[in-house]
Parts: sequence; structure tokens; C-alpha cells
Amino acid sequence: MIPTSYYILLGSGLFTIGVIGVLTRRNVLIILMSIELILNAVNINLVALSQYFRSVDGQVFAIFVITDAAAEAAVGLGLIIALFRNKETVNADEIDLLKW
Amino acid sequence: MLNLIAFGILSAAALVAGVMVITRRNAIHSIIWLIVTLFAVGGIFLLQHAEFLFAVQIILYVGGIMVLFLFVVMLVNLDVALKQAQFSRQWQLGLFTALLVFAQLGYVIYKIGAGLSLPAQPAGPEPAHNTQAIGQALYQTYMLPVEIASLLLLVAMVGAVIMAKRKFE
Repeated sequence: MIPTSYYILLGSGLFTIGVIGVLTRRNVLIILMSIELILNAVNINLVALSQYFRSVDGQVFAIFVITDAAAEAAVGLGLIIALFRNKETVNADEIDLLKW
Repeated sequence: MLNLIAFGILSAAALVAGVMVITRRNAIHSIIWLIVTLFAVGGIFLLQHAEFLFAVQIILYVGGIMVLFLFVVMLVNLDVALKQAQFSRQWQLGLFTALLVFAQLGYVIYKIGAGLSLPAQPAGPEPAHNTQAIGQALYQTYMLPVEIASLLLLVAMVGAVIMAKRKFE
């Protein structure tokens, strides 16, 4: 039997990798992939705790998280296509139209 | 014991592939490594007897979302971005902040970990059929959230079509 805290530690490690990706990369596509990593870390935690409490509620929430990930990927990738058409760049720090 | 070995292999694969995702120069390589991470996370779901979620992970994430990502990466011309700097100017600050967050999380897990790693058999036996239990929870207890999620998907579909349209008229 694997202790639940191992799963939570793995989830926080994956979450940290995702946060590093969001904060340090310039490519918008890789920032979106890092967000997928973060959502997966959340899913690991939800499933581990649902197993710990012997209830499927956590797994149902994980399904909702995956639904959100699908919606976010669809809208985010549509935004990236529109952005690339207008600005010819995928670098997050070159998109500064609203900057003073 | 066998479970622990499988957990070690899967979590190492997930973490190494996650690091590869955020360090690759080419976005297509990042996607391939992200698929490796998703498979490893799916294996961890399987290890916890969440068979339905494992199937959803493979079919929806790897089969659906990742193919969408691949389409967009191949649609967007990345040849220019390949030759530019890959990390933003404040990357040291970002790395430091993220590691600080991880240190805090690790401290809290270390503090409460002793309570969590008790033999995990509190309330009742494990449901026999994972898919059946999830189906009953989804369509009885979580009826309204399922409807809201379906509405969210509809809105996302319409939004993506409008966003990717060539001209607003």
C-alpha cells in the first residue's frame, strides 16, 4: 500500500514543474502545455484523496477538471491562432499591445 | 512492494517527462514529452484503481487534446521562434518563486504526511465497479454540474470557432 502523501508529493512536484514552465518560457504554446501539466497534478491529488476517503467524488471532480482542460485548450488554441494571424509571433513578451 | 516499484517508475517518468516538456526548444518535442507525462499519470490512476479515469485520460487527453495541440503547432509557423531565446528575461525570478512554492508545499506535506499515510481504510469497502460507481455519482448526485459542464463545452466550441475565424463581420 503506497502512502497517500507520496501521491500528494508527486502532485506538488508536477505542479511546480508546470509553474516553472508558465513563469519562464516565452512560447505561448508551451505555456499552455504547462497549464495542462498543472491540471494533471491537480488530478493526481484528487484521485489520491478520493482513494484515501474511499469515495468516488474526487474522481468525478477529476472528470470535471478534464472537461475544463478540453474547453481551455480549445479556446486557448483558437486565441493563439488569432494572435499569430495578427501579430506574427508566439512569444508572450512581445504581445504588449495594452502596455503603456 | 510491487506497487511501490511501479509507483516509483511511473512517477519518475512523469517528472522527467514534465521537465523535458518545459525545456525543449521545439514545440513538437514538447508535445511528445507531454504525451509521455500523460501516459505516466494515467498509469498512476490505474495504480489507484481509477480505471474509468485512466480510460478518459488516454482517450480524451492523449487522443483529443494533444492532437488539437499538434494541429495548432503545425498550423502556426514556429521557424522564427526556434532561433530566438526560449526563456523570458526574468527566468531566475520565476524559477526562484516556483521553488519557493514547492518548498512550502513540501513543508506542509511533511507536516501532515504522518496523518495521511495511516493505513487508508476508513469509511467502508472499496466500490467493486469503478465505472458503475462513477456513473451513478455523475448522473445522480452531480446531475446539475454535468449539465453545466456540457454547457461549458458548447460555449468553448462556439468561442473557438469565432476566435479562429478569419474576419469578424
